[in-house]
Amino acid sequence: MILDKKHALQQKLFREFAETEFTKELQDRLDQSGEFEWDIFKKMASYGFTGVKIPRKYGGTGSDSLTYVLMVEEFARQDAVLSIYVNTSNSLGGGPIMLAGSEEQKMKYLPKIASGEEVIAFGLTEPGAGSDAGGTATTAVKDGDDYIINGRKTFISGAPVADWIICFAKTDPSQKGSKGISMFIVDMKAKGISLGANEHKMGIGGYPTCDVVFEDVRVPKENLLGPLHKGFQYAMKTLNSGRLGIAAQAVGIAQSALDEAVKYAKERKQFGHALADFQGIKFMLADMATDVEAARQLVHYAATMMDTDKDNATRACSIAKYFAAEAANRCAYKAVQIHGGYGYIKEYKVERIYRDARITSIYEGTSQIQQVVIASDLLK
Amino acid sequence: MKILVTVKQVPDTSGKVAVNEDGTLNRASMQTIINPDDLNAVEAALELRDKLGCKVVAFTMGPGPAESMLREIEAMGVDEAVLVSAREFGGSDTYATSQIIAAALDTYGIEDDDIIMAGRQAIDGDTAQVGPQIAEKLNLPQVTYAGDIEVNGKEITVKRMLEDGYMTIKLKTPCMITCIKELNEPRYMTVVGTEECFDMPLTVMDYPALKDHELIDASTIGLKGSPTNIYKSFTPPQKGAGMILDGSGKETTDKLIGILNEKHII
Amino acid sequence: MAYDSSDIAAFKNVWVFCEQRQGEMMPTTFELISEGRKLADELGVELWGILLGDNIEGIASELGGYGADKVLVCDDPLLKNYTTDGYTKVICDMVKEYKPEVMIYGASNIGRDLAPRCAARLHTGLCADCTHLDVDLDGYINFLKTGSSLDVDNVNFESKLFDVKKNLKMTRPAFGGHLMATIVCPRFRPAMATVRPGVMQRRPFDEEGAKKVELIHPKFEISADDIKAEVIDIQKAGRKLVDLIGADVIVSVGRGISKDVEGGVKLAEELAEVLGGVVGASRAVVDSGWMPNDHQVGQTGKTVHPRIYIACGISGAIQHKAGMQDSECIIAINKNEAAPIFEIADYGIVGDLFKVIPLLIDSYKEAKAEA
Repeated sequence: MILDKKHALQQKLFREFAETEFTKELQDRLDQSGEFEWDIFKKMASYGFTGVKIPRKYGGTGSDSLTYVLMVEEFARQDAVLSIYVNTSNSLGGGPIMLAGSEEQKMKYLPKIASGEEVIAFGLTEPGAGSDAGGTATTAVKDGDDYIINGRKTFISGAPVADWIICFAKTDPSQKGSKGISMFIVDMKAKGISLGANEHKMGIGGYPTCDVVFEDVRVPKENLLGPLHKGFQYAMKTLNSGRLGIAAQAVGIAQSALDEAVKYAKERKQFGHALADFQGIKFMLADMATDVEAARQLVHYAATMMDTDKDNATRACSIAKYFAAEAANRCAYKAVQIHGGYGYIKEYKVERIYRDARITSIYEGTSQIQQVVIASDLLK
Repeated sequence: MKILVTVKQVPDTSGKVAVNEDGTLNRASMQTIINPDDLNAVEAALELRDKLGCKVVAFTMGPGPAESMLREIEAMGVDEAVLVSAREFGGSDTYATSQIIAAALDTYGIEDDDIIMAGRQAIDGDTAQVGPQIAEKLNLPQVTYAGDIEVNGKEITVKRMLEDGYMTIKLKTPCMITCIKELNEPRYMTVVGTEECFDMPLTVMDYPALKDHELIDASTIGLKGSPTNIYKSFTPPQKGAGMILDGSGKETTDKLIGILNEKHII
Repeated sequence: MAYDSSDIAAFKNVWVFCEQRQGEMMPTTFELISEGRKLADELGVELWGILLGDNIEGIASELGGYGADKVLVCDDPLLKNYTTDGYTKVICDMVKEYKPEVMIYGASNIGRDLAPRCAARLHTGLCADCTHLDVDLDGYINFLKTGSSLDVDNVNFESKLFDVKKNLKMTRPAFGGHLMATIVCPRFRPAMATVRPGVMQRRPFDEEGAKKVELIHPKFEISADDIKAEVIDIQKAGRKLVDLIGADVIVSVGRGISKDVEGGVKLAEELAEVLGGVVGASRAVVDSGWMPNDHQVGQTGKTVHPRIYIACGISGAIQHKAGMQDSECIIAINKNEAAPIFEIADYGIVGDLFKVIPLLIDSYKEAKAEA
């Protein structure tokens, strides 16, 4: 797909910003400390990146999905974790409010999320409910004008820095599986909320992840998001567009693996020749380039589907996520392989790329879940 | 009040530069960018605009594709852009270029409280001449190498950087100020800017639009009107590679010092 | 009679703008006078300095020691400090009066403010930041033999448009040093150039010349109303600026110091100190704010030709090379064996500067102790 001039200009903006601002020092710090970096987040927000998918009316830039994936790809190309900094507000966090929120809720939450003033997290996964989100054990019980929430959410990205969390809780225990679940917007400062310890992740350090525990957390009924007992369909819709973001992130990671591999293959000399002179290396580079380009085209196609025919975009999003995530893993593997021993030590970027790539085929639906989604769409 | 900023699209000389066999630059092989110092001028103008609420208009002279650069500058926040473009203007040296841009600025209209800003110099020619020459052609005072700018109504105070310090210069609008990279940190485009820039005002000033201006006549513009001409162009000689010493340990540094001693270099 | 810059025959002699600041001659002026002497001899004409300032008669005759035949001394309290308006007016009036055929300025921040303004007012051509000047054609061809990649024997140097033997040929780098261009100004006079500081060789001072030089005090008009941009204050830099151009040894650092910026700079300072040199920096280092910009070597920084140039952790981008490749002996230390700096280095060590520099200091100290 050839980008039109607007999207080409946006790609240039995202690339220039990432190349200049995501310094090696910043990337190393994020990876090593695992701490959230507020300065770069605020700077990203000031240019509108945190609100690209949020409509103008609610303080965002009202851009389309293609803009969004171009941004995520270019950011992830420099640093996988920094692409997540602009992801949550536009997809998992802001998504449910845009999909299901009342006008009042949209006016209340979206402008601050779009401007980066407030951070929102997405609380679906539980210790016993991963890919099987229907197994949600967290409960919300009506008490006068409020709901009382109890339960535990796990692997919640950004929870330690979040002001709000979208919490999925069972409101009708009589309904089985994914039915009888509702969405709530919960204030992270509410009484009864506590955080687990930060997880020590393999990669994407710098966007802290931990458990969020709800103990008799009182939530006013205005914070119910979308229709009662019907929250799960919104979770699925959100994940659908969320997958597109991860697919774009995977393309960025794959591209950076390729960038590093090409650079190294030209520089490194063995047996009196540059690595790039050996056919075995050439084959690997060609495979990587083909993977990157194919993944990118699938992502751009899925983004265009989201913009033009959203209701029928599910399969395209899952195909893009499935292929791009696996491609990122293949490319990271080959990039490390081309680097040889140097690829295994932390001074070289491919070492981190290898770890960062791994998550893309796991979160927001594993590759196997994507296969299930693709097949069931195919066979319906 | 308004601020008129002159900008130039240049080949990116920081990357690989290909030279044709005849010693001219292979422009087709190079990426074009906004001249870096000009971005500092744009930023300075936008900062003043943010403070004073005036309009900022960008001017460039160049071929049609320079429009893409102007759109980029509009996406940064500039309100309006003017592309000065005609075959008759091609091949101009700094003197002829400054005549044409001065005519364009004058045609657009320079008011009593306006400021014209430019980058110190462009990375293709590195001449730093067009800014002062525009000022001369418009008979306006100038300050080059601006390291700090303060505007107080029609009074401007500029810190003009020198190699060994700086001067503080006071002047009145309208005037020309050329900006250096130490002046500020240019902003990026914004996402909203990229969404809107293609619908923002952009005027093309071609030869008919400017030909009646007093500064424009065939003997002072274009290749024929340029006082300077290129006599020869060539690539600098490549110095032959020297000796790479084996290893990087103490024996290697000892060896190097030994050689330098022997050759009486140290 | 109206002044006509295209009346070539009416112009004669070579002029140098002699820049002074606070009553002190800028060292570049002596380089320019020395170069101007060469050009005047090639043209068979006189070399004049033009000196503007307040009470500057005392520093005028020194110019004779470097080759000036005459100096136009334009003395006025309004010319004490450089102003674009004041200096442009007086210089242009003098040019109109005396009509020099060639005029050169130092490419300092002041020269590059003044010269374009004068050229525009006088309707003539100006070539910026020149690194080589010739009138004599054979001299120019000789320069190209070593100073270019041209096969000079197969180049046609004739021109139908102008007399190649009498016009000033002004050579300068362009496109970040990737290309060199020789510029001529055949149809107008004076042919003007600004000349990059540190490039031209200063001649030995000649006492006789200084005694013989003729000082001219021309009549000119200048009033406070002429000066629209007014200098209200001048500050010298608080920190003593590094003298890269005059340095014998330069130890420069590049991006390679990024993992420990302070430590890297300190090592370079130590090495420079034992060798009696100063510390330079690549553009990347200055742009990152790791060192102040007076340390910058390269196309956008200073052009240097020290006896020894040690490039530490500098990859050797063409912009950097443009500023240092004429150094007498270049030593490169870089982790990356493919770094372009090795292509121009006389001696190279592939290794980590943080390890190599301390060893180099040790080796040097030991060698000194033995000797």
